[in-house]
Amino acid sequence: MVQYPGANSPPFKLSMLIYDRRYRSLTIQAVVFILVMLVAAWLINNTIENLARLGKTFSFEFLFRRAGYDIPQQLIPYTSDDTNLRAAIVGLLNTLQVTIFGCITATIVGVMVGVLRLSPNWLISRLMTVYVEVFRNIPLLLWILVVLAIFTEVMPQPNAYRGENPQAHMLLFDTIAPTNRYTAVPSILMSNDPGVIPLGREGLNWAVVWFAGGLVLAWIAHRFLKNWAQRVQDQTGRRPTTWWITALMFIAPPLLLSWYFGLHLDRPVLKGFNFTGGAKLDNAFVVLWIALTLYTGAFIAEIVRGGILSVSKGQSEAAFALGLRPGRTMSLVVLPQALRVIVPPLISQYLNLMKNSSLAIAVGFMDLRGTLGGTTLNQTGREMECMILMMGIYLLLSLIISGGMNVFNNRVKLKER
Amino acid sequence: MKKSVFFGTVTAAALMASGAMAAEGDTLKEVKARGVLNCGVNTGLVGFAAPDANGNWSGFDVAFCKAVAAAVLGDQTKVKFVPTTGQTRFTALSSGEVDLLARNSTWTFQRDTDLKLDFIGVNYYDGQGFMVRKDLGVSSAKELEGATICIQTGTTTELNLADYFKANNMTYQPVNIDSNAEGEQQYMAGACDAYTTDASGLAATRAAFADPENHIILPEIISKEPLGPAVRHGDNNWGDINRWVLYALIAAEEYGVTSANIEELAKSSQNPEVQRLLGTTDNLGGMIGLDADWAKRAIAANGNYGEIFAATIGEQTPIGLARGLNAQWTQGGLMYAMPFR
Repeated sequence: MVQYPGANSPPFKLSMLIYDRRYRSLTIQAVVFILVMLVAAWLINNTIENLARLGKTFSFEFLFRRAGYDIPQQLIPYTSDDTNLRAAIVGLLNTLQVTIFGCITATIVGVMVGVLRLSPNWLISRLMTVYVEVFRNIPLLLWILVVLAIFTEVMPQPNAYRGENPQAHMLLFDTIAPTNRYTAVPSILMSNDPGVIPLGREGLNWAVVWFAGGLVLAWIAHRFLKNWAQRVQDQTGRRPTTWWITALMFIAPPLLLSWYFGLHLDRPVLKGFNFTGGAKLDNAFVVLWIALTLYTGAFIAEIVRGGILSVSKGQSEAAFALGLRPGRTMSLVVLPQALRVIVPPLISQYLNLMKNSSLAIAVGFMDLRGTLGGTTLNQTGREMECMILMMGIYLLLSLIISGGMNVFNNRVKLKER
Repeated sequence: MKKSVFFGTVTAAALMASGAMAAEGDTLKEVKARGVLNCGVNTGLVGFAAPDANGNWSGFDVAFCKAVAAAVLGDQTKVKFVPTTGQTRFTALSSGEVDLLARNSTWTFQRDTDLKLDFIGVNYYDGQGFMVRKDLGVSSAKELEGATICIQTGTTTELNLADYFKANNMTYQPVNIDSNAEGEQQYMAGACDAYTTDASGLAATRAAFADPENHIILPEIISKEPLGPAVRHGDNNWGDINRWVLYALIAAEEYGVTSANIEELAKSSQNPEVQRLLGTTDNLGGMIGLDADWAKRAIAANGNYGEIFAATIGEQTPIGLARGLNAQWTQGGLMYAMPFR
């Protein structure tokens, strides 16, 4: 029905807000909006009133007070004399570290399991089904505790490496010592240290800059080489062998630099209560990392399987008919189409992993929840401020991850013209 | 029609506004109306607060909760025990989830002022110590250079530990744990060389081991840890009630009032202090909003301070703590009840 505005439309009456279809949705929206705002206002008012009744003020001043506690896992220098703000940053970096490592390994595990679950081999596909169902259907916290129990009970104590007849032996020519606290690994020392570039309290070693520069140069040279080989192939129809030049370009500079800086390994040695020298891979981190990887990997496996199944069989048959080998069929035909289905749910798995990492306190890994939302909150008594700050940070991280993944999604999704 | 929508909105708003009022207020009135005292205790520290196989709580802190319930509600069983961790305890108190926090918590300046708590007294004078395995060959905390140490997060001991190692120029590797049970597990598995918490807590933890003789508590006490029950800041009457229940338990020991002879003393005692304490003369209870028998019920519940100590953590129990600083002031200790007058 066509409505003609103006001349013959009836004059506006209040009852039309309810009975007239043109205004009813507006009325409903206005009422709902008012209700939502009232609830929000009540919540805020209740909080302010109760804080005032307790005599608590709302202030972020505590962030700049001395923290006073130690953090076992730190990516940037931190002592108990630093502020709560720095402690929160140390925690945030730990959260980011476990999230990034977790996302990478969970994706690898997920893709492998997802592909293998479609394998025609009965045993392999059933094994993968068992893995997916077991990890998907048991709460993550239990898996974290199970992995922790395995690490603390099964791994030897550092003490077990002591004495004439030790109960435990170091691995790989006495360089690696797994213990129930950490895994002691050798670290790299330089006899000809080029010094550091001071950046605040941390420093960036010149050697790192040199190595990175070497790699970037090798990569640029590799691009030129590839272009040259392509040109030669276009002109003569024969592609020159370049793999050994590429290998040389990537291997030679690091080798030369290593020789120049005098790189050597610093082995961990048991001294006193613990191993000294070398580096320590903290068990709390490893446990959380493994648990997050296996748990999220199970979900990603299902997403990958679904994505591959969504590509019609005719596509791969057509590719085979054109003479493409199975590997290229997968990478050129099936995966690009499967990615369109895989990426959107993958984003939410990454977000889940990041949020799940806040279970870290169960293994004593001091992430953002452990520092800002744990010890700092508890020692300063600023529940409100800490919670708001923590929620804000997690929200921001989630938005950044999903923003980045959306960019990727736009690149792989179906181009409609 | 539009009117009814409008009135509906107004009614909803009014209901919400009235809801905002219902937080905190007069704790005594609330507890009496509820008929149950919500008491925050440890999640499980044998001797101080731990549930048995049937879910019945017992221990030193638990006995104080029961004494308060007996004084206020007339029945020591009318207590709901709320287990709290080192991290959740103060939030539980300030949010009103518990009326009283009797969870071996250290009285510090910041907690008393900035965290808006009121410690009502000290029921156990403690200090932070270290426990290690005997076969480690360590005899002093000064020898713990480079050690891995289990520490409960959110406690004063966490801060003391950092300060102590810094002051002595030593390094250590902390292992953060959430509860005593978790600390016990990590320590037993050898994931840490030493376990540090209040010396009383160490003794209680060690008592629960299968092989207590293989563990020693190092002689160094690195801090003062006056442990006491706490209430919310601002409700002074409720604070007074709890404070004087504690003093009543301490005074009862001083005057020789026990759960065994309390009925008899209430009738026959000629000591004016005892008469006032037990409400035979002067109605002291009326001054804090209770009846005259409040202290009598509190003492009768689990006995006086000395009886509670002996039954839960004393030398005759597996925990085996000596009275030490916690003896009566007449015995050279620090337990000193203010006069009942």
